[in-house]
Amino acid sequence: MNTVSGNRGLLQAENLIFEIGAETRTGVDLPAPKGRADRLGGLKRTAPLPLPGLSEPEAVRHYVRLSQKNYAIDLGFFPLGSCTMKHNPRLNEKMARLEGFADLHPLQPVQTVQGALMLMEELSRWLITLTGMQAVALSPKAGAHGEACGMLAIKAAIVARGEGETRKRVLVPSSAHGTNPATAAACGFIVDEIKGDADGRVDLADVTEQLGPDVAAIMMTNPNTCGLFEPDIRRIADMVHAAGGYFYCDGANYNAIVGRVRPGDLGVDAMHINLHKTFSTPHGGGGPGAGPTVLSAALAPFAPVPYLVRDGETLHLVETENSADGEAQPFGRMCAFHGQMGMYVRALTYMLSHGADGLRQVAEDAVLNANYLLARLKGHFGAPFGDRPCMHEVLLDDSTLKPHGVETIDLAKALIDEGYHPMTTYFPLVVHGALLIEPTETESKAELDRFADVLIALAERAKTDAAHFKSAPHLAPMRRLDETRAARQPKLRWRPEEALRAAAE
Amino acid sequence: MAARYTKDHEWVRVEGDVATCGISVFAAEQLGDVVYVELPAVGRQVEQGGEMAVVESAKAASDVYAPVTGEIIAVNDALTSNPEKVNEGPEGEGWFVKIQLTKPGEVDALMDEAAYAAFAKA
Repeated sequence: MNTVSGNRGLLQAENLIFEIGAETRTGVDLPAPKGRADRLGGLKRTAPLPLPGLSEPEAVRHYVRLSQKNYAIDLGFFPLGSCTMKHNPRLNEKMARLEGFADLHPLQPVQTVQGALMLMEELSRWLITLTGMQAVALSPKAGAHGEACGMLAIKAAIVARGEGETRKRVLVPSSAHGTNPATAAACGFIVDEIKGDADGRVDLADVTEQLGPDVAAIMMTNPNTCGLFEPDIRRIADMVHAAGGYFYCDGANYNAIVGRVRPGDLGVDAMHINLHKTFSTPHGGGGPGAGPTVLSAALAPFAPVPYLVRDGETLHLVETENSADGEAQPFGRMCAFHGQMGMYVRALTYMLSHGADGLRQVAEDAVLNANYLLARLKGHFGAPFGDRPCMHEVLLDDSTLKPHGVETIDLAKALIDEGYHPMTTYFPLVVHGALLIEPTETESKAELDRFADVLIALAERAKTDAAHFKSAPHLAPMRRLDETRAARQPKLRWRPEEALRAAAE
Repeated sequence: MAARYTKDHEWVRVEGDVATCGISVFAAEQLGDVVYVELPAVGRQVEQGGEMAVVESAKAASDVYAPVTGEIIAVNDALTSNPEKVNEGPEGEGWFVKIQLTKPGEVDALMDEAAYAAFAKA
């Protein structure tokens, strides 16, 4: 049904800010300054900037309307696999807003921020204890940044051994997150792929074959992106160490093992921890990410600056490589300051409010929830790795839908009509038409049942009504977008003349 | 000659000592709409099984491996601006590169059409 206004019920239609704004409007109306001489030496702007001026109510409505078209964990179940979209507890938010944390400036004298530094020390202690590692670099800003931190520490350790020119290969499994090979390549390594076996795990024989004196590191995810625990991980770690390499673990899936397995015991030398996944701080637009990276004894000396040191009652940050003492040989610095203070507060709040036993239950419930979904959904969708239990995420495929002309992308779009953000689709690449679902521990059984009921009903409908799926979504603010054309002919800039032309057509 | 195929779903057709290569109809169907193709520089030496090009679809990005050893003597520049040609005719207009063969014997070990059809089905 089309409306005169373009609104749909109480959901307001909204144009781009450039289309609704005008240079003649403003939210803050200041009188022009008087009696000021031009001090710009003739460089004063002669024409107004083409910025979209909006009054305050227009600006507020614009962003509220956009937020209503958005999907968020505060709105509904967000089953994105490998993303760990869990609830962000409100206690975290309350603590992060305490003025002693929220109103600090990174250039304040360290004597005035001892409380904040103590919080960072305590967070470090929890991360090191939970992972069984030697040191932690808190500063990386997200998962991939943490990967870079770990791989740069590995590079520094190899250079310090005098093998910088000879150890350049990094082994990455075919099921890895795309950031792993990208990080290794960005750090100057040569990336070689390790095959997966028929069970969705790393092929041990291929690791054995590829290991050698030129291998700097292996990068593995555990549990892996197929939602399966790598049973040979300790053996692989030993083999890599025996060959003189280091073991990087992608900690994106740490949610599945926190409190149950210490990665240090598995032989891991470096691992990033996504505070915005395992430790419940917000994702994306909800707040900046944080990717602290834990390091083994072998890599700890190469941790980047700044890092915390305690001198009696006082904490301070070692800010430069030259001021490092003892065995420390920092490889450099990951970012301007010490990292995301607000996320440290939220993550530590989560740890303290759960306790060690509560964090263990987080992993247990995350795995239980995923296996509950697997039990309900198998039979209705393809299960590429058979009947075995999964870890924290369920990997299915579209093999039961395809004979009826419905593919993963169509199911994902139909799920939007049902009010759910789609699961991760077409990843991991080792499974065709992959559907990767991560329920997390924070969804109730009732919500999981509702979601499973929807998916099963859709699978049934696919048998007789492929057309419904091909034209979905029908109820979303935007209908099916032409993703192919968007990729082939991307338009990354709004141009007024093109908008006028489009309006005329 | 008739096309030969690799296990990584590339095809190769040899005329004289030049092999024209691309990705198979099966591979193009699996990938879905191709949105980007990255081709090697002319003059580059490639080894059988080594990385030669990259093909990206809305679903996935994949390496394309050289089906034979030799020197890249031509690339299908049209794919850079019109990647849809890969879907329109994977084993025709959508060819990727021409390779000057240095080990012509390699071709004989590749699968013929019937063997590849059976392989892709499995």
